[in-house]
Amino acid sequence: MARNVLVVGELDGGEVDSTTAELLAAGSRVADGGSVSVTLLGSQAGAAAASAFAAGAQRAFVGADGAYDEFRPDQWTQAVSASVEQSSAEVVLMAQSSVGRDLGPRLAFGLDSAVAMDCIAVADDGGTLTVTRPCYGGNANATYSFATSPAIATVRAKSQDPLPPQAGASGETVELPAAGESRSTIAGRELAVAEGLQLQEAPIVVSGGRGLGGPEGFEMMEEFAATIGRDKAAVGASRAACDLGWYPVSQQVGLTGKVVTPDLYVAIAISGASQHMAGCSGSKTIIAVNRDPDANIFNASRWGIVGDYKDVVPALIEALKE
Amino acid sequence: MHFVVCAKQIPDPETPPSAFKIDESKNEVVPAPGISPVLSQFDAIAAEAALRIKEASGDAKITVVSLGQESAQAAIKQVLAMGADEGLLLDDPAFLGGDSYATARTLAAAVEKLGDVDAVFCGRQAADWDMGQVGLGVATLLGWPAAIIAKDVQIADGQMTAQRVMPDGFETVQMPLPAVVTVSNELGDPRYPKLQQIMQAARKTVTKWGAADLDLDPSTVGAAGSRLKLERLFIPQVSGEVELIEGDTAQEQAAGLVAKLREAKIL
Repeated sequence: MARNVLVVGELDGGEVDSTTAELLAAGSRVADGGSVSVTLLGSQAGAAAASAFAAGAQRAFVGADGAYDEFRPDQWTQAVSASVEQSSAEVVLMAQSSVGRDLGPRLAFGLDSAVAMDCIAVADDGGTLTVTRPCYGGNANATYSFATSPAIATVRAKSQDPLPPQAGASGETVELPAAGESRSTIAGRELAVAEGLQLQEAPIVVSGGRGLGGPEGFEMMEEFAATIGRDKAAVGASRAACDLGWYPVSQQVGLTGKVVTPDLYVAIAISGASQHMAGCSGSKTIIAVNRDPDANIFNASRWGIVGDYKDVVPALIEALKE
Repeated sequence: MHFVVCAKQIPDPETPPSAFKIDESKNEVVPAPGISPVLSQFDAIAAEAALRIKEASGDAKITVVSLGQESAQAAIKQVLAMGADEGLLLDDPAFLGGDSYATARTLAAAVEKLGDVDAVFCGRQAADWDMGQVGLGVATLLGWPAAIIAKDVQIADGQMTAQRVMPDGFETVQMPLPAVVTVSNELGDPRYPKLQQIMQAARKTVTKWGAADLDLDPSTVGAAGSRLKLERLFIPQVSGEVELIEGDTAQEQAAGLVAKLREAKIL
């Protein structure tokens, strides 16, 4: 059944980011012959339209007002609502990002419809649009259909494959009005990120959990990551370890932290609570070191070592040096 | 000032995965035997945020509101024991089986009926369905501004100031009251009530409101008013069998693991 789809894009410089390309691919699939539009907001939005067309969009609603450069929910909700109306969208997709978490519910309640958050699948099930999302901290998955239109979903990064880029693809551009009023003001910003390789870009993530026993355990995690290579491995932490103040919140992997999808995820002294697995289960390979042979982390791992990390990790560091 | 804290009772999220069961014929979680439901941890942290402001300002009343059945009294009593002043249970057969929309609609109607509310505090998400949209839904239905995933909340001079957790740090946002905020675990641990507070809370009367008290048409709340239709609830399959690397010493195990990773060209 043909449906008109609108994707809310996010920018990475003068191009749409990789998640937007994934959403455009998913949107093209469920549009099933309907139109595929994208909303692009920010001073670089006009330039980014070309990358959206290359990723599958047919039409771009562009709000090039610099006021959109920072996400202010009232302004973005207005602009996206206007795009929904103009595109007669029946399906709206956006990322489960700091933008999507905030925008999705506002848009849904404002349009008198519904949103499903943090979806990992968007499908046409015999003519009905369904979405599937993890719940109960990752212990279960729930599949929903929508009783109202538009059907709105925020979608987890890396859960969808992008289309092969269509270089030179073109589309229609529709200008959106300048940003409207915002009831909230941004009074300040504080950057708190680890230097060097970022967690979500690292091909290898070494994560430590509560079982490390203290912040000094993370010094060993950092040494381990450095031995693998500073350009390859980043250090993450479980929520329990972050809540105990052992490692910065910016490095938290899990449902309420960052979702990482590296080639290799190394879980050290992490029990594997479902809410942690929600942040790393998309990794290509998981390996684990844990004292408890029954720890849940081993259920998701390809290889594991049962033992005390204080013995095993230094041995791994030595073995890597050989 | 009058603050509302929204509190939800949920199956204990610390339930081990092995004890987590679903009745697929009903699309329902089967309560794990011997494990009592708990107040969603993020809601306890939302209560903590409201209590800190009450203590700093000295003249705030906190009403804790829960949408649930009689058993949700336990969640309300826990927040009362932490220091909230009044409890309100939204309990009506018409409220059962609601999605985030139906829940937000019911909570917003309760806030409206209370009448003099300056701020609503919610957890960033309930640790059962993990949707994270009821707080924003209440705000949108009431027409109030909102900030989500805050690690610090201040209220002064008719303004709410919230420090939001962002992927690359923190953002401070300000908005006029009345407003809604959702609170994250970075705020810090919620307080443990003292025994005396628990006993006092047990004696407090909790007000009960149903659909008629809130002038809500039963067809707009609960399962009847839901917009998301749960088609299927299931336990996802986890991949493959783990291979545990054996060895007499940690050195042997480590060498074995590194060899496997090099063989698979992962390292």
